[in-house]
Amino acid sequence: MTANLSDQDTICSISTPPGQGGIGIVRVSGSQALSLARKVFVDGSGRRLKSGRGYTIRYGKIIDPETRAVVDEVLLTVMRAPKTYTREDVVEINCHSGVVIVRRIMELMVSLGARPAEPGEFTKRAFLNGRIDLAQAEAVMSLIAAKSDTALRIAMQQLGGELSLRMKGLKEKLLHLLAEVEVSIDFSEEDCHPIGSAILEKRVREILDDLGGLIETGRQGKFIEEGLVTAIIGKTNVGKSSLLNRLLMEDRAIVTPFPGTTRDVIESTVNIEGIPFRFLDTAGFRYSEDPVEKEGIRRSRNSIEKADLVLMLFDLSSRPNEEDRKIARLARGKEVVLIFNKKDLVDDEKREKEFYNELIEEIRPKATVSTCLLHENGVVKLKSVLSGLVFQGGSGFNESVVVTRTRHLHALEEARKALNRVMQHSQEGMSEEFLSLDLREALDAVGRITGETVSEDILNEIFRSFCIGK
Amino acid sequence: MGRIIDATGIQFRMLNTRKGPAVQAPRAQADKQGYRLRMKSVVENQPGLMVQQGTVRKLLIRDRKIFGVETDLGYRYGGDAVIVTTGTFLKGLIHVGLSRFPGGRAGEPPAVELSDNLRSLGFIIGRLKTGTPPRLHGASIDFKDLVLQKGDPDPHPFSFSTKTIQREQVPCHITYTTPRTHEIITKNLDRSPLYSGRIRGVGPRYCPSIEDKVVRFPDKERHQVFLEPEGLDTEEIYANGISTSLPFDVQKELVQSIPGLSHARIMRPGYAVEYDYVSPLQLFPSLETKIISGLYHAGQINGTSGYEEAAAQGLIAGINAVQAIQGRSPLVLDRSEAYIGVLVDDLVTRGTEEPYRMFTSRAEYRLLLRHDNADLRLREKGYRIGLVSEEEYEAFQEKKERIGRELGRLRKTFVFPIADVNEVLEAEQSAPLRNKTSLFHLIKRPELDYAKLAPLDPTRPKLNRGIRSICEIEAKYDGFIQRQTAQVKRYREMEGIRIPEGIDYGMIQGLSREVVEKLERIRPASIGQAGRISGVTPAAISILLIFLKNRRSRIG
Ligand SMILES: Cc1cc2nc3c(=O)[nH]c(=O)nc-3n(C[C@H](O)[C@H](O)[C@H](O)COP(=O)(O)OP(=O)(O)OC[C@H]3O[C@@H](n4cnc5c(N)ncnc54)[C@H](O)[C@@H]3O)c2cc1C
Ligand SMILES: Nc1nc2c(ncn2[C@@H]2O[C@H](COP(=O)(O)OP(=O)(O)OP(=O)(O)O)[C@@H](O)[C@H]2O)c(=O)[nH]1
Ligand SMILES: [Mg+2]
Repeated sequence: MTANLSDQDTICSISTPPGQGGIGIVRVSGSQALSLARKVFVDGSGRRLKSGRGYTIRYGKIIDPETRAVVDEVLLTVMRAPKTYTREDVVEINCHSGVVIVRRIMELMVSLGARPAEPGEFTKRAFLNGRIDLAQAEAVMSLIAAKSDTALRIAMQQLGGELSLRMKGLKEKLLHLLAEVEVSIDFSEEDCHPIGSAILEKRVREILDDLGGLIETGRQGKFIEEGLVTAIIGKTNVGKSSLLNRLLMEDRAIVTPFPGTTRDVIESTVNIEGIPFRFLDTAGFRYSEDPVEKEGIRRSRNSIEKADLVLMLFDLSSRPNEEDRKIARLARGKEVVLIFNKKDLVDDEKREKEFYNELIEEIRPKATVSTCLLHENGVVKLKSVLSGLVFQGGSGFNESVVVTRTRHLHALEEARKALNRVMQHSQEGMSEEFLSLDLREALDAVGRITGETVSEDILNEIFRSFCIGK
Repeated sequence: MGRIIDATGIQFRMLNTRKGPAVQAPRAQADKQGYRLRMKSVVENQPGLMVQQGTVRKLLIRDRKIFGVETDLGYRYGGDAVIVTTGTFLKGLIHVGLSRFPGGRAGEPPAVELSDNLRSLGFIIGRLKTGTPPRLHGASIDFKDLVLQKGDPDPHPFSFSTKTIQREQVPCHITYTTPRTHEIITKNLDRSPLYSGRIRGVGPRYCPSIEDKVVRFPDKERHQVFLEPEGLDTEEIYANGISTSLPFDVQKELVQSIPGLSHARIMRPGYAVEYDYVSPLQLFPSLETKIISGLYHAGQINGTSGYEEAAAQGLIAGINAVQAIQGRSPLVLDRSEAYIGVLVDDLVTRGTEEPYRMFTSRAEYRLLLRHDNADLRLREKGYRIGLVSEEEYEAFQEKKERIGRELGRLRKTFVFPIADVNEVLEAEQSAPLRNKTSLFHLIKRPELDYAKLAPLDPTRPKLNRGIRSICEIEAKYDGFIQRQTAQVKRYREMEGIRIPEGIDYGMIQGLSREVVEKLERIRPASIGQAGRISGVTPAAISILLIFLKNRRSRIG
């Protein structure tokens, strides 16, 4: 993978102030920031942006320059270098219409030539351009490390299943094609048949079809529909199914006063502030001999495994004990929100503290919410905590849900452009080394998604597929 | 070396002529004795060079610095710099069938003590393997029905200084293995040192033995065999394509199962040789070793295989040994300047687990690394370190100027959409002009070239073939060349961010243990090099950049 490090590119990303889920900001930084904004923005009286100076805020519309369609009404903030966070020209587009629109604006900027920022890149530029003082440097470094790790992990997870298979297939096809092209350059003395432009073009067309499909999927937001997997876990009878029903605002799961009611994982998606959460209601943890319940509990464990986020419920009318710690231990390394339920029975801060102190030895929760699910108390608070977590820069979900996807799309688009050039050059009768240049670019782009390098892969593929050597 | 192969080559061929200029490659077959003797005489007559022969058993080291070598006879030779180029000789072990014996090449004893000496100095020693095919007697071969492969009628010399090739040229022949050959091999695999587990060294995948080919690609019905004369004054024929370490009797049987070879006599059997190599990760890009100052390693000892690979390293190590003695900074070519740069950078950055061979696909900036512009890329550097004479340099300057002038002229000379012009174009099946167009632009059309535009270009100066062709390439592939040049600019930016020696990667927050370990081991000289180490992620590079910036501000 060629690290995309150039500090000359203009970068953009989505950022959202914590706690204000409804507002999304697309932030653009770099020498092209203003000219990009000029291409898409017209102000209230229909005028384009002039070379704004200093710090200005304008009200206006974002218009897709290709279709002339209005994307959204926005506030546009222009900040001129060097008095900005990154010390470069910065444009911020504030819109109020939820993630989907924010994402479209971001994609628009990318299609016009901005590059989706790497995790932590704004901060990196701020630092490299001398904006952040030295004492903060180390914090920035661990931030970048942490963010890219989560981003990559979650990205791969979310790519999971069918999509990831398709991505892998795409990469393999490209690699094989490149190997065929290369083999005829480096080993022209061998009796391997050169691939020939007809077959090559056929293969490229196939790959372009695959790519087109993937890009469409991305555009329609199918990636995003997969949502954030959020597991609801806890002992039996703490109110997990009640929580699911409250979030869904319907009677989805059976609720009874008897412990051990839920046996299988119940899954339902809820949109909160435009972000899809896939909630998993699970069987409560307790010791059981019943084979059905045992299987249910095993599934609860699996749900924790695959979750991006864990909601851990406790019953305030009981006292914390070793069992609670055991449950907490299962969710180590996950993003966890603690929920103290049945506040109506024991409304006592001391009890909450008691739980908290017991659990803190096992996990570091992102947030704590107390609820009374019998009366729908605390649910609104919980929802805002959840969306806040996603939008907050710190959690790493930010990149995973929205930006990573835009980066993926961007990479796929780059691959498509490169392959179109391969087609064109092949039809013009250019020889293999020129085709190889763009095939490599396509492969590099795909490699940026799967996180793999390609240069050694090509030779490996050649030696695997062809009998080479005098 | 270019000049000597031009003088002693017995077959020259330009490979890939069907393709563009960047991947065309001159190939020559040497008269092996002829080349050796001619080179020996050049070396012996080189002023300032003293030639001594002997087997080195020990390097003389004081305070991690070399001061000479000691031979097996106990003689010592002093020197401020030593270049070790032991080829396949370090603990060389030759296999023919299940018998094996120590040897660097057939008939030559191995270097055993030197290998132990290197290990005791702290070098990491690995084991590789390579093989050779049997040598046949030409008179016993029936060439009649075999495919003839001739050299180029107008051979292209290797050296820019050679005008024409004088030596008599000979053809090769091509034949193929048969199902019977494969049967013989399969039946005798239990007597193969490769397949019975006797050979542990790693062999090259691009140059497998015939046993390997048959086993790994069972669907392939036949394999090519090139019958190449070893020289003009010998009957020996090199059966390229059937490298093998099967027992002698099996070799005989398998050779005779090949068309044209049914009565062939083997003069020397093929064999496999296992040998020690030293991890190239222990080298600086100057090819000086990191642990002993003044000691350089070049050639197959660094895990490569092949003449060009060895020669390239010998040149770099030689230059840098002299640079160091004269107190000057080392010559390091980068990946955008020469294949030598790609080779050395690959070796010292990624190391190698199998014999390393250069392929054009290893070079990112392949379209710039052409043989036609080798002098434009490198002469200047050669001149600066004293390897190019004033005379040659002046000629080169003039050539460069001519190219520049001609390219400028092509850009500024326009043709217009008038009948005369369009007639010429039509004759070449090229679309008529609509607007005024520069010649430079016109050359880009696939169906046109420099020569074909002559009628439209009455004022063109008389230029030699080399200059004409380079101008044509620069114009024709302008778009691609510009793209690659832009890539090179990015690459150079990253190469330009130097990492100071001796930084403690363990102290850098946010780097994973795996990354720290790799960086500690390879100690890259630049951010660019760090990025090419396998397992060093873009995030790690960001962190390094910040760390360096931080450090610089603290110092400055
Ligand atoms: C039969 C055969 C055919 C080949 N054909 C090709 C081909 O067609 N194309 C190609 O590119 N490559 C070919 N190769 C490979 C190529 O020859 C080698 O990769 C290349 O020569 C390696 O160069 P080197 O300088 O590293 O070592 P070598 O050429 O092996 O030279 C090593 C030298 O070091 C000397 N030496 C070793 N140890 C000591 C010591 N302790 N003291 C003093 N002297 C010592 C040896 O005597 C020897 O002269 C072939 C090899 C063989 C054997
Ligand atoms: N008093 C009170 N009761 C509650 C509250 N929340 C849930 N309950 C009751 O607790 C009982 C168990 O609720 P469920 O939602 O079924 O609990 P669960 O965690 O899904 O239980 P299992 O599926 O058995 O693991 C029901 O009778 C609920 O009505 C609350 O806040 N206060
Ligand atoms: Mg339940």
